[in-house]
Amino acid sequence: MMKGYSKKILEEISTKFPEVSVKIHARRRTYIRVPKDRVYDFAKYLFEEKRFRLATATGIDTRDGMEILYHFSQDAAGTYYTIKTVIPKDDLKIKSLAPFLPAANWIEREMHELLGIDFVGHPNLKPLLTAETWPSCLHPLRRDYADEHKDIKVSKKP
Amino acid sequence: MRRIVPIGPYHPLQEEPEFFKLIVEGEKVVDIEINIGYNHRGHEFISPTLTWEQVPFLVERICGICSDSHPYAYVLAVEDCAHIEPPPRAQYIRTIIGELERIHSHYLWFGLAGHFIGYNTVWMWVWRYREPLLDIFELIMGNRNHYAINKIGGARRDILPEDYPKIEKYLDLLEKKNAMFTKAIVDDPVIKARLEDVGVLSKEDAIAYGVLGPTARGSGYAIDTRKDDPYDAYDKVDWDMVVFEEGDVLAKAKVRLIECDESIKIVRQCLKDMPNGSIETRVDDIPPGEGIGRHEAPRGEVFHYIRSDGSNMPVRHKVRAPSFMNLASNAIAVKGYSIADAALVLAAIDPCYCCTERTVVYEDGEKRYSGQDLLKLSWEKTETIRRRYRK
Repeated sequence: MMKGYSKKILEEISTKFPEVSVKIHARRRTYIRVPKDRVYDFAKYLFEEKRFRLATATGIDTRDGMEILYHFSQDAAGTYYTIKTVIPKDDLKIKSLAPFLPAANWIEREMHELLGIDFVGHPNLKPLLTAETWPSCLHPLRRDYADEHKDIKVSKKP
Repeated sequence: MRRIVPIGPYHPLQEEPEFFKLIVEGEKVVDIEINIGYNHRGHEFISPTLTWEQVPFLVERICGICSDSHPYAYVLAVEDCAHIEPPPRAQYIRTIIGELERIHSHYLWFGLAGHFIGYNTVWMWVWRYREPLLDIFELIMGNRNHYAINKIGGARRDILPEDYPKIEKYLDLLEKKNAMFTKAIVDDPVIKARLEDVGVLSKEDAIAYGVLGPTARGSGYAIDTRKDDPYDAYDKVDWDMVVFEEGDVLAKAKVRLIECDESIKIVRQCLKDMPNGSIETRVDDIPPGEGIGRHEAPRGEVFHYIRSDGSNMPVRHKVRAPSFMNLASNAIAVKGYSIADAALVLAAIDPCYCCTERTVVYEDGEKRYSGQDLLKLSWEKTETIRRRYRK
């Protein structure tokens, strides 16, 4: 049997969540565009009903807003179902997945410090990677990082 | 009374800086706080400033032990984005290097684990048979580490037919020695008593935390990228996934030991069926789009995501190493065990750390734990078990 995405799962997704759109990139790579306010329910459905594994999440600063990708893996079929969502830059808030999915805990902390996305409902949004002295208003992976940097003085002591 | 025992910022057993605050009651660990980020070098920030061909050399330097896995996952991601199929010979070469690297990484871990429970003989022997493998790497690629074998659309170096016998000779030796180690480690009652039921991670927790590699397979969570999403030559060779149900440190050790046997099997078949031909394809432009690359590194699935806008550089490059997921699961695995077990449990996931003594109690400052102290605690426990078996 060739491994790959399952038509049955994609059909089920489109009946349960009619607002999403699916793009098939390759046999084992699919991307699903989900509106911002449905991401929580959709991820919950993938994790709790479908038993997919959250591999990681990616945050990208794009022209249209901050894009978040949650990479879910269906290991039995070797397929990645990536949730794509865009949140506007003037309201960088999204519901956190960490309360029901411990695997999302660290990666959301990372995106919070590197991109400045606010994950509502996250149990502990402490910085994960940057130093204790790092100013919380500096977000290294943002496009305007250089501008942000202009009027900041980094203190050496914590 | 609750105390905090900090282990770190350098882990006393292994070689990378990580900081664990163990919250203990008497000897028992009741909670743990994990701090990482001491080694944050901003690869995801640097990567979009380099061209597609330069990035493998950057990501190769993320990890010194599994230096093949990051460039491997990266080239798979770019190949996924641009729909490039590398020639068969390059696929076989990349598979061979990936598997040889697994053996050397697992042996490194055995040595350290043996040292840590007071079996220095295991440490010496295992590392003695790891050494010729590094010579093989030098023979094929000119480097004992940082092999630089992966390239978008192929491999950078060929394995010469006159080198096959040398590799096979080493595999013969290794097969015998691996059987010896398996017997020595699995059948030894003291090691069994020391590692059994220590640091148990249940299957439910393994799934919730999304752990990977031997950590997952030791907990009965059967995932392996090489089987689930076969790439390169992995679906053309015959091998088995190794899964144990117990979830303790012994199960993880057994997974790694038996996996070495499977790796030997894979390399042998690859050498036997190695197709002839070119080792690279011509790659022109990387079209706009995105790609996901996953490679089963010795510690679990390495995940790379790249996005292209059609220029000669990636727009975004996300790197997720397996230890990122595995480390978080320590919060569950270490609870309820003694301090003598803690450092062993923390090391059982094989997080990529150095025997540096930087551990102090800073609350209630009577006792200071250095790396030596932790080793002593662990060795004493092994010694008590050993004495029990001598009687």
